[in-house]
Amino acid sequence: MLKNETFEPVIIGFTCNWCSYRAADLAGTARVKYSPNVRLIRLMCSGRLDPTFVMKALAGGADGVLITGCHPGECHYLEQNYKALRRYLLLRRTLGGLGLEPQRLKLIWASAAEGVRLAHEIDRFVEEVRALGPLHWPQWNGRSAELAEPEKAEVTA
Amino acid sequence: MTTQPIPLHLPGEEPKERVGVYVCHCGSNIAGTVDVAEVRDWAGRRLEDSGVVVSRDYKFMCSSLGQELIEKDIQELGLTRVVVAACSPHLHEGTFRGACKRAGLNPYLCELVSIREQVSWVHTDKVAATDKAKAVVSGGVERVIRNTPLEPLRVPIHPATLVVGGGIAGIQAALEIAQAGFPVYLVEREPSIGGHMAQFDKTFPTLDCAACILTPRMVEAGSHPNITLLTWSEVVDVKGYVGNFIVTINKKARHVNTELCTGCGICQEKCPKKVIDEVYEAGLGYRKAVYTPFPQAVPKYPVIDVPNCLYFQKGTCRACEKLCPTNAIDFSQKDERLTVEVGNIILATGYDLFDPRRITQYGYGRLANVFTSLEFERLTNAAGPTNGEIVLRDGKTTPSAVGIIHCVGSRDRNYNNYCSAICCMQSLKFAHLVKERTGATVYNFYIDMRTPAKAYDEFYQRVLEEGTLFVRGRVAEVTDAARLPSEAGKLIIQVEDTLAGKQRRIPVDMVILSAGLEPRRDAKQTAQMFGLSCSADGWMIEKHPKLDPVATMTEGIFAAGCVTGPKDIPATVVQGAAAAARVLGMIQKREIELEPIKASINQTMCSGCRICNNLCPFNAILFHEDRQVSEINPALCQGCGTCVAACPAGAISGTGFSNEQILSQIEGLLMLNVEKVPALA
Repeated sequence: MLKNETFEPVIIGFTCNWCSYRAADLAGTARVKYSPNVRLIRLMCSGRLDPTFVMKALAGGADGVLITGCHPGECHYLEQNYKALRRYLLLRRTLGGLGLEPQRLKLIWASAAEGVRLAHEIDRFVEEVRALGPLHWPQWNGRSAELAEPEKAEVTA
Repeated sequence: MTTQPIPLHLPGEEPKERVGVYVCHCGSNIAGTVDVAEVRDWAGRRLEDSGVVVSRDYKFMCSSLGQELIEKDIQELGLTRVVVAACSPHLHEGTFRGACKRAGLNPYLCELVSIREQVSWVHTDKVAATDKAKAVVSGGVERVIRNTPLEPLRVPIHPATLVVGGGIAGIQAALEIAQAGFPVYLVEREPSIGGHMAQFDKTFPTLDCAACILTPRMVEAGSHPNITLLTWSEVVDVKGYVGNFIVTINKKARHVNTELCTGCGICQEKCPKKVIDEVYEAGLGYRKAVYTPFPQAVPKYPVIDVPNCLYFQKGTCRACEKLCPTNAIDFSQKDERLTVEVGNIILATGYDLFDPRRITQYGYGRLANVFTSLEFERLTNAAGPTNGEIVLRDGKTTPSAVGIIHCVGSRDRNYNNYCSAICCMQSLKFAHLVKERTGATVYNFYIDMRTPAKAYDEFYQRVLEEGTLFVRGRVAEVTDAARLPSEAGKLIIQVEDTLAGKQRRIPVDMVILSAGLEPRRDAKQTAQMFGLSCSADGWMIEKHPKLDPVATMTEGIFAAGCVTGPKDIPATVVQGAAAAARVLGMIQKREIELEPIKASINQTMCSGCRICNNLCPFNAILFHEDRQVSEINPALCQGCGTCVAACPAGAISGTGFSNEQILSQIEGLLMLNVEKVPALA
């Protein structure tokens, strides 16, 4: 698939149970509209974000990954968002090292009150990823048996 | 509690779990944007490999009939996992977990995925929304089959309660709990409890004297055997969680031995140093360097204001020490740190008045006879600096015309968008008091009159009948630059009278700014200390604005009064009592069930690298020097999962949010996308 106007990026977003997930809830309650390209996963804290999750999402077909957490100093668990920040910076470098655009990973802070801001940031990120084009990493061709089997066999082994 | 990773089943093999998928219409809330039947059919067909054996939709899943549907399926079809696609888990997770529990399924084997807040309410394109709903359901199914049965943690609730803030909200809450027979620590930063209400003269709409109704409550709170009153004190640290908070309180040095002090007041009388009282008298009156803010203060013991005390600053004087009949003055007293254990906390820290200096065109701080609402309260108070006489800043002239400006700093996009709720009624009260005591002409400049509680509108009618003049329009400027001889020496209010449709200049002698309410200047720090969040305006966020207005997002911490937004006295008292009722409910339960989200370390896999040790802000990770492995203390673990993500050996697992669950959810969320690629190519 070539980079074109109809390309709809798929984005996996990680949210914190205490701030950004509630911001997403608030955006819903307030009927703030944003792009449907993002699919959110709830974690207890942005500090729970294992770098593997980002790699898994990108390898599994996502074109971008969004990490969201409480504003610095507002972490429900005191300071774990700073640890997410560290991992984010490291991951951006790793992505660059792998030959991927580091801009496919984005970190934003959103408090429980910032539904509108979160929606706005999601829209911005979707456009940024759309401009980057599809990731195709690896070349997925559906959940074909050839690809799925060795990988799954490895897990069970 | 370690979780064994559940192996993925190989293609062609029987799925391990029997999953039921339930898609909710939520009336038209979801069904209006998402093709519910298509999601249902898709889940039933495409997710069969993952173990979906039944897929249904229903108008309102959360209704008792919807819940019975799930219960029946669990029993008749032998479901081992349930996915409900409906609203946010923050709303109905408990509901559906309850349904599973009733049908004999462990409640943690149920996942509620949000297709309302995160899909139907935020997207407009039906096809895209339906696709996203499918992805969300698929993510939920992949995740739920890796869920493990869990048991909620039970923790005992400590029977004591901390109430922060000794205004009317805090006093009410403390009294309710104390009267029910449980201990309360009431912490107040000022030398006396009473809060803003103690500064007022009359309260609307009944015009009963604030002191007459408040001081008996203050005395009761001060003398109640179950209440430990800690005034001149501040909370400096909060640790722990619901049921078991450990709170550190800084008891500032009073420099008065409360064991010996009788509250006779001789020290205040003899202290030679006069200080402008910026807090209680709103800058209109004086107090001494050793003082109680007002005669009815509770407790009756004074405090020494160190930065203003001659002894502390110059080493001289000591008049209070020499003249105290009980030798209660103690210059050597130091701040004291107290640590208390409590089960619940009620935050009632109140508000600050909007500083009208920010609206320079109203001239406050520049034009002498422009007053704030709080200054005017002190002016009318019989115990205030003028003994209740309404006079100009010179202290003797009675005004003959008074202008009261509403919405100062409220309903104004330059300052605060919100309505401060009390200003209309407060302004009407001022109008009545000015009229009654001085006979002056009174103008009220308002945008809208808001008098929506019991007997409030009747009060408005009464003030109208008394002959107060109402001008609808936002005041542009208050100035002393006279254009006409009749304006000389007056304050001129420039306003567009929007009902008459013309510009007016109204000369008055006194202007009262009905200033709005703002969050405490240090609300952000308070929120951080207690683990709460503030709204964009800076008020603390309640758990639910309508259905749970006194609870917060943090279990065991409640909020009452203006800390969550502007409120009048009746609403504040209601919230104080409501928060107390919630706390009493918790205490009566004796123990609380907590989400069993905790991390644990597999000791045989731990390499002893200690990376996790420094990541935990709760010091929950212990390192055993002898065995060279780390261990997590489940009592201290808060379940953030940071250590789980960091362990290079994969030795740490987290219940409820395991790697297997999240990785599978990612796979599920992307399944539809993966399927679509060949179709598009």
